[in-house]
Amino acid sequence: MNRAQQTRAAGPSLAVEIAGLHLKNPVMPASGTFGYGEEYAPFFNLDELGAIITKGLSLRPKAGNPTPRIAETTSGMLNAIGLQNVGIDAFMRDKMPFLRQFHTPVIVNFFGNTLDEYGEMARRLADLPEVAAAELNISCPNVKAGGIVFGTDPDAAAEVVALVRRHLRQPLIVKLTPNVTDIAVMARAVEEAGADAISCINTLTGMAVDIRTRRPRLANLTGGLSGPAIRPLAVRMVYQVVRTVKVPVIGVGGIMRAEDALEFLIAGARAVQVGTANFVDPGAMPAIIAGLEKYCREQGVTDINQVIGSLKTED
Amino acid sequence: MTNLKTTILSNQEVAPGYFRMRILAPGFVTSARPGQFLMLRVLDGMEPLLRRPFGIFRTGWLPADCQGLPPKEYVEILYKVVGSGTTLMKDLHQGDGVEILGPLGKGFELLDAPEQILVGGGIGLVPLFMLAAQLVKRGRVRLLMGGRCRDDILAVTEFERLGVETYVSTDDGSLGEAGLVTEVLVRQLERLPQAAVYACGPTAMLRAVHGICAARDVPLQVSLEAYMACGVGACLGCVVAGAEHTEQNPQYLCTCKEGPVFRAGQLLWHKLEEPRDVCGCNEEEP
Repeated sequence: MNRAQQTRAAGPSLAVEIAGLHLKNPVMPASGTFGYGEEYAPFFNLDELGAIITKGLSLRPKAGNPTPRIAETTSGMLNAIGLQNVGIDAFMRDKMPFLRQFHTPVIVNFFGNTLDEYGEMARRLADLPEVAAAELNISCPNVKAGGIVFGTDPDAAAEVVALVRRHLRQPLIVKLTPNVTDIAVMARAVEEAGADAISCINTLTGMAVDIRTRRPRLANLTGGLSGPAIRPLAVRMVYQVVRTVKVPVIGVGGIMRAEDALEFLIAGARAVQVGTANFVDPGAMPAIIAGLEKYCREQGVTDINQVIGSLKTED
Repeated sequence: MTNLKTTILSNQEVAPGYFRMRILAPGFVTSARPGQFLMLRVLDGMEPLLRRPFGIFRTGWLPADCQGLPPKEYVEILYKVVGSGTTLMKDLHQGDGVEILGPLGKGFELLDAPEQILVGGGIGLVPLFMLAAQLVKRGRVRLLMGGRCRDDILAVTEFERLGVETYVSTDDGSLGEAGLVTEVLVRQLERLPQAAVYACGPTAMLRAVHGICAARDVPLQVSLEAYMACGVGACLGCVVAGAEHTEQNPQYLCTCKEGPVFRAGQLLWHKLEEPRDVCGCNEEEP
């Protein structure tokens, strides 16, 4: 059997490469919507995923914001969790052993309160061979010192990315915030500073008011908007970033179904992250992967890479 | 714990604004423990986006049908129509599809006390039914059931059929004794200081029950409600402050995973959220 025959027999190839990382398919969870993986292991085999991205980790455990932390909105939700996490040490001790049983790359999302903390986290992660790549969070809208100060200024972003890049051995993915005037400027800055890939977008800062109590519905007053409501905006930003940088782009924002993921891939994203959909349906990611395969079959595509960046425009 | 795409067997209004939904649920009879809950996806669309958590009222077997098909397992929830999700739910019928994720969470710990007292406030009685069914096998069980008016008093005869002694109180006196369920609890504990108490209801009621039990060294477990997105410990939206919680060393517990049932001593009571309408799920009034 030659290779073409094998492909036909085995179905289309969904495998993609992100900064030297080989992924069996382009689907992974968005940080903070999949816990540390074990929360969703009862529902499907985590080996089905292209990669696993952890909840954002910091040097020390972080307790997060007061409640209420989440509020449902029209086709979306607001969250202001406040980067609650167990810390890198407890993650390696209590959570990583579980993830080791899977043959799916583990990408650690991380953040710091100061430049020094970002650097220290990068040094720690560099020594952990089980960590296949790191996703740098400079975009959380809910914590003053939790990244967004670095994520909204191109010079500050470049500085933190360069510092992390110096210390980290693994591929570095930088997650961008949409809460800027021009995301292309941020994308260019982090690429020049050494980012190996870019994921975009994080949540949009939003607010909801309880009209009976006349109070904000979140204790934090504002929170990050996610879910299908933000998808068109995310697709547009991914498209802009793809046209600006050469590094691979991971599309994130309101993906609920395979059709949504395909919009990002066609717009040029090399992979996608699924967030809020995990809360709605724990089987969302396996369904999306199956849907991508079905689309490829229907379109007569043997390799998902033929879909990536296949957007047709007038120019 | 599974996600079932399943069908509704019945959905009936049992009191003004309160509904009982019976759902086909393979596996639930053996897996569901008293105090656990499920996450229900109302419609396969984007509105409402998030699932709603509901305490499991009971599970059971449908008898084998005339075609000789084997008996089928069902789960029942009771809910109050409050927000957008429950408003859609009330219009669902037999045969309509729903998705349920469960059974979820940590349920009640059955204590070996000589007397068992259940305290339910309105729709808060839901998780107490399966608990009562277990506890009656061990000894005498009393249910103290409170509500604003007679419409809020649900399923009391079903508890009685289990052999539970029931004491009803309403704020307006329209059913049972006029007054608060906590006043009934104080009287009961005077006679039964060796009792163990299990409670579910509005936060104000739970706080009062905690005060009463703590003053008498009576063990108390409470079932909490919280606004949540995932139900499995991933979103961290439903946390409550634990007893050790301080501003410097915050300690948050996940209602969905470490709860919804907590021993009273696990919680930092003064930090517990202000009372909101209890509807059997996390919905707020529109």
